Amino acid sequence: MTPAPNSEIIKVRNLVVDFQAHRVLNGVNVELYRGEILGFVGASGAGKSTLARTIIGLLPKRAGTIEIFGIDIDKANHEQKRAIDRRWGVLFQQGALFSSLTVGKNIEFPIREYLRLSDRLATEMAVAKLEMVGLSPDVYREYPSELSGGMIKRAALARALALDPEILFLDEPTSGLDPISAGEFDALILTLQQTLGISVLMVTHDLDSLHRVCDRIAVLGDGKIIAAGTMDKMMESKHPWLMSYFHGDRAHADWHVRVKG
Amino acid sequence: MTAGTLISGQRGDGLALAATGSWTAEHARTLEPLVDAVTRDKASIRSVAIDVARIERLDTYGAWLLERALRTWSGHGCETRIVGLSEDYRGLFEKIRAGTHKLTPEPRRPNMVIATLESVGKTMTLVGEDIALLAQMLGALIVAFARVLMRPHTFRFTSMVNHLERVGWNAVPIILMMTLLIGAILAQQGIFHFRTFGADIYVVDMVGVLVLREIGVVIVCIMVAGRSGSAYTAELGSMKMREEVDALRTMGFDPVEVLILPRILALVIAVPILTFLGSMAALYGGGLVSWLYGGITPTVFMSRLHDAVSVQSFEVGIVKAPFMAVIIGLVACMEGLQVKGSAESLGAKTTDSVVKSIFLVIVLDGLFAVFFASIGI
Repeated sequence: MTPAPNSEIIKVRNLVVDFQAHRVLNGVNVELYRGEILGFVGASGAGKSTLARTIIGLLPKRAGTIEIFGIDIDKANHEQKRAIDRRWGVLFQQGALFSSLTVGKNIEFPIREYLRLSDRLATEMAVAKLEMVGLSPDVYREYPSELSGGMIKRAALARALALDPEILFLDEPTSGLDPISAGEFDALILTLQQTLGISVLMVTHDLDSLHRVCDRIAVLGDGKIIAAGTMDKMMESKHPWLMSYFHGDRAHADWHVRVKG
Repeated sequence: MTAGTLISGQRGDGLALAATGSWTAEHARTLEPLVDAVTRDKASIRSVAIDVARIERLDTYGAWLLERALRTWSGHGCETRIVGLSEDYRGLFEKIRAGTHKLTPEPRRPNMVIATLESVGKTMTLVGEDIALLAQMLGALIVAFARVLMRPHTFRFTSMVNHLERVGWNAVPIILMMTLLIGAILAQQGIFHFRTFGADIYVVDMVGVLVLREIGVVIVCIMVAGRSGSAYTAELGSMKMREEVDALRTMGFDPVEVLILPRILALVIAVPILTFLGSMAALYGGGLVSWLYGGITPTVFMSRLHDAVSVQSFEVGIVKAPFMAVIIGLVACMEGLQVKGSAESLGAKTTDSVVKSIFLVIVLDGLFAVFFASIGI
């Protein structure tokens, strides 16, 4: 039953999203293929997070269709929607760990709710997830408020991975991390994506992680996808915004060398 | 998708297992008993081989259940191996294999008596710290006030007027309504019970003395602590959270002078006015009920009130108001400045501020009662 590789796992067509009178997204077409890491970039306020939040159902849309695992979200019944919820994990920008629960209980929360496992297995799986994201099992008993920013992101990633999702949404995973932690986090996402075979959709501003992690990049501007493709294609693009984004002051010299070489 | 199965075959002291189907999270509930069942027999087995070639799907749940079985056996000195692991799942299996999956045992809880004593001790030190902080805040406030007195043009008059509107003027309707009701309830209860021995008229004495000396000021202060004290804590707390207080300091301003002095002075002006208004409303409410429920006409009520209370009763009440205002303001500002980075601490400190200021208002009222009794008023 494993779908063929390169099949579309998320398909968004002509998506329109309004915030009161303001049109944020105006006819977005984008797809996420199985097993790839897709990065959303765009100016602040271009609607990257809005697009991601609309896909996961946190924001209402005005028009358009969203298909996830081949199911049109508008036509799905409650059970189908719940089944879809179980097959994706979301890492929020600030982690969004439940502050009243320990890290371990945070990870066990979806496990207990959905899978009804024995206490022993649930705990073992929570510890396994902690170790997979590079945290010590001791973190299990700590509260989110006792963790550093980098650890919160990792713990939140462990919770997002709790049910072994097929899709992982990452909202600015490296924001607020120092360059070393950000680099480690990128590497972590890459290894997890490879070992677990997840498809990842990430919203990011971090040019380094775009380079290192993403297979494909979709650029949002004026409420539409203005370009989508591999990093090499982005670097070659003559679109003014893309030029200034990928060749601006913040872009590293070595990327240009790498792309040209 | 078919749930995973585990087929076992034993040859002498060697056990051969074949895992099939889907070893994933959704089947973990049925897979765990299967794994537990085959691992129960440990004594007679010397070597175990698990054939995973026919597994259709494997995720971390399935991989861990297999690994857990292997660990149980190898813990008993068995030879274990995995056969037929496909390339797709090798990375996943190795990732699971690398983990310890062991939780360090929970630190032992201390004896209940000791734990109780410990928490009492901690609370007492906290109380001590609070008193020190309150004294410190009072000192800083007096210094700031003295500085402003020496250079009056530095006083933030606009800020004070703004706070005066918020804690004074805007509070008038709710204060009037509440004290009116309290006065009415006092009178109703008084009449109801005094009537049984024909002493209805003394309800006027009771309402008059109680309202002017105690109830008026205490009710108003409780309301102000809940309404304005909490607002002060929340404002200062969120300014502390966003480092606005630190920004002020780096620009060479004293936060006590800029933020706290105008707020507390606004309270010191507002609370006596509110107390006066509140007391009048309570007397009005009491009079209204006495008339409608007790049949005491306003004329009788007024003349009786005239005999029962003196200006001194009013003075005893109103003189307490500015002190209460200072206490409420100090506690609110102290708690606000203690807010740490998180939103939870803002909520906790706001709650603390209201609880502590109401408590201190009542304690202060008690101290005043002792004081007035000893000077014979």
